[in-house]
Amino acid sequence: MTILAGIGFTSPWLLLGLLALPLLWLLLRAIPPAPVRRRFPGVALLLGLSDDDSISDRTPWWLMLLRMAAVAAVILGLAGPVLNPQRDQTGQGPLLIVLDAGWPGAPRWADRIALLDGQLAEAGRAGRPVALLSLTAPEPLQFQSADVWRSRLPGLAPAAWLPTGDQLAAAARDAAAAAEDFDTHWLSDGLDYPGRDGLIAALRAKGALRVYETGQPVLGLGPARFEDGAIHITLHRSQPGPAREVTVLTQGRDPAGTPRVLASVPARFEAGTTETDTALALPAELRARVTRFELQAHRSAGAVSLTDDGLKRREVALIAGREDREGLELLAPLHYLQQALKPSADLLHGALDDLLPANPDVIVLADIATLSPAEKSALTDWVDGGGMLLRFAGPRLAASDVSRREEDPLMPVRLRSGGRTVGGAMSWGEPKTLAPFPDSSPFAGLPIPADVTVSAQVMAQPDPTLADRVIAALSDGTPLVTRKSLGQGQVVLFHVTANAEWSTLPLSGLFVQMLERLAVTSSAKPPEARELEGTTWRPVQVMDGFGTLHDAGTLPGVDGAALAEAPLGPDLRPGLYDGGDRRLARNVLPADAVLTPASWPTDVPVETLSRTPEQPLGGLLLATALILLALDVIASLALGGRLMPPRRRTAALIAVLALAAGLPAPELRAQETPAPPDAAATEFAIDATRELMLAHVLTGNTQVDDIAQAGMVGLSDTLFFRTSIEPTDPIGVDLERDELAFFPLLYWPVTPDQPRPSDAAYVKLNDYLRSGGMILFDTRDADIAGFGAASPNGRKLQELAAPLDIPPLEPVPADHVLTRTFYLLQVFPGRHANGQVWVEAAPPDAEQIEGMPFRNLNDGVTPVVIGGNDWAGAWAIDRNGNPLLPVGRGLTGERQRELSLRFGVNLVMHVLTGNYKSDQVHVPALLDRLGQ
Amino acid sequence: MTSAVPPVVAPVAGLRARAEAEAARLPPLLARADHLAGTVLLGEHGRRRAGMGDDFWQYRPAQPGDSRRMIDHRRSARGDQQFVREREWQIAQSVMLWVDRGASMRFASSDRLAEKIDRARLLGLALAILLVRGGERVGLTGTALPPRRGQTQILRLAEAFAEDAETDYTPPEHRAMIPHARAVFLSDFLGELAEVELALTKAADRGVRGVLLQVLDPEEESFPFQGRTIFESIGGTLRHETLKAGDLRSRYLDRLAARRDRLQGLCRATGWQFSTHHTGDSAQSELLWLYRALDRGTA
Repeated sequence: MTILAGIGFTSPWLLLGLLALPLLWLLLRAIPPAPVRRRFPGVALLLGLSDDDSISDRTPWWLMLLRMAAVAAVILGLAGPVLNPQRDQTGQGPLLIVLDAGWPGAPRWADRIALLDGQLAEAGRAGRPVALLSLTAPEPLQFQSADVWRSRLPGLAPAAWLPTGDQLAAAARDAAAAAEDFDTHWLSDGLDYPGRDGLIAALRAKGALRVYETGQPVLGLGPARFEDGAIHITLHRSQPGPAREVTVLTQGRDPAGTPRVLASVPARFEAGTTETDTALALPAELRARVTRFELQAHRSAGAVSLTDDGLKRREVALIAGREDREGLELLAPLHYLQQALKPSADLLHGALDDLLPANPDVIVLADIATLSPAEKSALTDWVDGGGMLLRFAGPRLAASDVSRREEDPLMPVRLRSGGRTVGGAMSWGEPKTLAPFPDSSPFAGLPIPADVTVSAQVMAQPDPTLADRVIAALSDGTPLVTRKSLGQGQVVLFHVTANAEWSTLPLSGLFVQMLERLAVTSSAKPPEARELEGTTWRPVQVMDGFGTLHDAGTLPGVDGAALAEAPLGPDLRPGLYDGGDRRLARNVLPADAVLTPASWPTDVPVETLSRTPEQPLGGLLLATALILLALDVIASLALGGRLMPPRRRTAALIAVLALAAGLPAPELRAQETPAPPDAAATEFAIDATRELMLAHVLTGNTQVDDIAQAGMVGLSDTLFFRTSIEPTDPIGVDLERDELAFFPLLYWPVTPDQPRPSDAAYVKLNDYLRSGGMILFDTRDADIAGFGAASPNGRKLQELAAPLDIPPLEPVPADHVLTRTFYLLQVFPGRHANGQVWVEAAPPDAEQIEGMPFRNLNDGVTPVVIGGNDWAGAWAIDRNGNPLLPVGRGLTGERQRELSLRFGVNLVMHVLTGNYKSDQVHVPALLDRLGQ
Repeated sequence: MTSAVPPVVAPVAGLRARAEAEAARLPPLLARADHLAGTVLLGEHGRRRAGMGDDFWQYRPAQPGDSRRMIDHRRSARGDQQFVREREWQIAQSVMLWVDRGASMRFASSDRLAEKIDRARLLGLALAILLVRGGERVGLTGTALPPRRGQTQILRLAEAFAEDAETDYTPPEHRAMIPHARAVFLSDFLGELAEVELALTKAADRGVRGVLLQVLDPEEESFPFQGRTIFESIGGTLRHETLKAGDLRSRYLDRLAARRDRLQGLCRATGWQFSTHHTGDSAQSELLWLYRALDRGTA
């Protein structure tokens, strides 16, 4: 390579071509441009006209300059100019380039690749065959042309582990087996790992070894630990340099699920130390959402610490003795627990049988005395396996015989019968306060508010073991909270209720703090290899060398013991592993990691990475020449008048320029405008809500739809005349298209041939039902089949209603509120008189109170009414108000029509007023009170 | 072998349809009739004055000199006065068209402009339709298609227009001109001027008046050429090479203006009218001008 003015040329003799430029200038000047042939009728007028000047139009000087510049650029480009040429080309023969390619190299990977590229380019120019050896993924040495390797550079990526012993041994074997000697360039990551010496020896046996490394310390993050209410993270560095500040970022998801930095905490390496520790106190709720910690501006797998179940939200199952559907919320046994736990734990509700398989971290039993043997053994197993059972006392526990004679395995203490009440109306003494927590208690140090008093409790039997098990006591020494361990788990009993009936404890902040202390102790501990033995863990997400998580794809499962202790490698990658109910994070650095800098034999030259990369200019110059020639084409055409009409000229110019510059043509894209609100939908909404409006579902059968419409008109008129409900003209709604929320009542005639609504329509229908809407299904077949599948309409009804969220149904009971919302009715005829009508079933515990005419039935409105009496047929009127269809015979028929209208009135009243008439069950009581 | 239909049918139909469309936009045109001409024939449209014709015009009181047979007895019997029934004077005019079919007319400087010949034929046929609708007789100069009335004549004209000539410049046809008729010549008039002069003189001798419409392409007016160019006529018979086309522009334009002056002079001398139409302009306005030019002097 010859170097002229700081630029190297690979074929400098080509520059002689520049001497030919003046000759070219004269040549181009002399040749006139080719004539244009034009068809022109006016040529007759031109005949005989001679040119004033016998010289043709010359090519203008600027066009000449353009052409000369293009030719010059071609000559220069072909001469192979190189900016910043590498001059220290030493050695001949094959070259081996060794890459550590582990995670410590990830932060300055681009520099390494640039250096590698430079060395390959150099070797390519010197004609040396090159082999590349990546230690984290060794392959047999292949000495090839440098260009082959350069084309493969983009595929190189650092691995998330350090070279393992096997890999190093394989590499050393390959090096020793090479046929001829070679020089070696080693791009080191700067970190020591076992087995390196053997490879160094093998390489030095073959030729000269030269090492390149950054000289910067390698930084790493240890796994996060949760201690004393804060998250502790240990930071490591490979060289004890001067004091250094780094920032640890806490990555996680915000409540909307978007990944973001939740917190950042600074950490400081003191001068001369290689390890430091930083603590981060996060609210439990925030802590539960942390997914990883990482060093700011330091992309490598070692600078990332994944979190697993240890910091996750705990699952707490809440089970109470009595579920009170209509009870007051503040009296609910679980209310305060829910309030206290909701921010920091995932709450599970349900029956014990259903909850145990979910394996919650904590199970809370509020005032549950007796458990079935099956439940008891399952629960014991669960506690044995590490669960935490939290029990609260209550009237039931006090009244039961649980743990009376001998200690129940699921109770921490034996109980005396009956419990005690202090400070009540019928007892002596004042309500008791809490004694300070002993130091051995998990509650130690919590301040005790003065207003926490206990007025009732269950009492523990004095036992030899009692003193050890008390973790909180009252001022008189009686236990308030007791605890015992059972297998790997524990059982905790609060001797008061979980609500405020027996004490004010649940009302105070102390309750939350106590729960938190208890719940924290139940968090998952890092498992040991012994516990994991024999289990198989499936990788969920694995890290690459840059610390980015990727889907694990089809990576095979990993043995539990290996996961805990084996060194990382291609078979065990750092990442998240799933083992059924829990997840484990395997981080690059273990808790006791030490980063050792790589040391080299003293006679091996070690260089830094920093050097200016070579920049070949040939391509740039040739591209410039191409652009200039394209411009020349345009300019020549323009001069000769052969360019297209001006309007197209610009577009063509842009196209040519874009082509020459290798750019994609400018992409024109319509700006996305927000979709305008659907005017039709708005209008529909305004029309439907201006007045109360009854609606029927369009079935697609014109005759049925017309009758339904007429029926709705008839019912609307009747309502208008008789009641304060004044509906406007009814409409038919299309379930697919129209919004349903505006209509209190949907009349849905069932025809065998109507299409099944789409899933989206069912979502709408279910929303409608849940938000208080009512659908009146009418099979119009007099219920001849008893809603079996025997009639086509019945079958269709079953098909239509299957995806709907419909509660259990029953035939309208005699005391249903539907029988008295406006008229007193017991039959609900339409055109057919005898069909049964079904509504939501009353709760099983509804009992008739003596002296009351009807039961205190459930709240709310039945979401569906199902019958087959063809009500719309009976209600239908024509434009003049005359009935459309005959009902029954004679006067009896008219009576039946009247009753059917009354049913309609009652139905709409029921929809609009709910159980208002049912509330009249309380009237005697109210009158009684007023009388006092 | 598959079809005996001449291939010109489709273009003819298209030309006629477009001409009909152009003509539909103007009111029926009534050509000016020369009172002196003996060629005046009775037509369907009245002259808005009493005269010979079939349609009733007015009753006027009988005057001395009216023969007794002229008295309209039905009207006169209603009163004491005697009335004469007058009829409307109805006449028809003959108009002869000549549309240059030379190769020089088949030129359009860009895809968006119509060829000159196409525009000339469109104008000619539109005018013919208007005239026929007005009850006039329309035909071509020469003996090929003498003036006749009726829709069939439009079809014949359209067919006659579909023929092209191979020579670059064709002289105006001036044979068999009907005396005192009217004539319309549509051409670019880039050919030999002596021929035009001969035709016009001959027409003037026979009392034929009319309109010369020069149809030109915008490029023929602007001459926007540069550089070394070889100009060729459309038929390929003429060619002219220049090294600097831009230098020829002013001299070319001078010659074009001189030629136009000459044509205008000729028209003035013979009582004809002259106008220039560019294919880049609207055909409608030009048809309007033709309508006015033919209608000029009408009572």
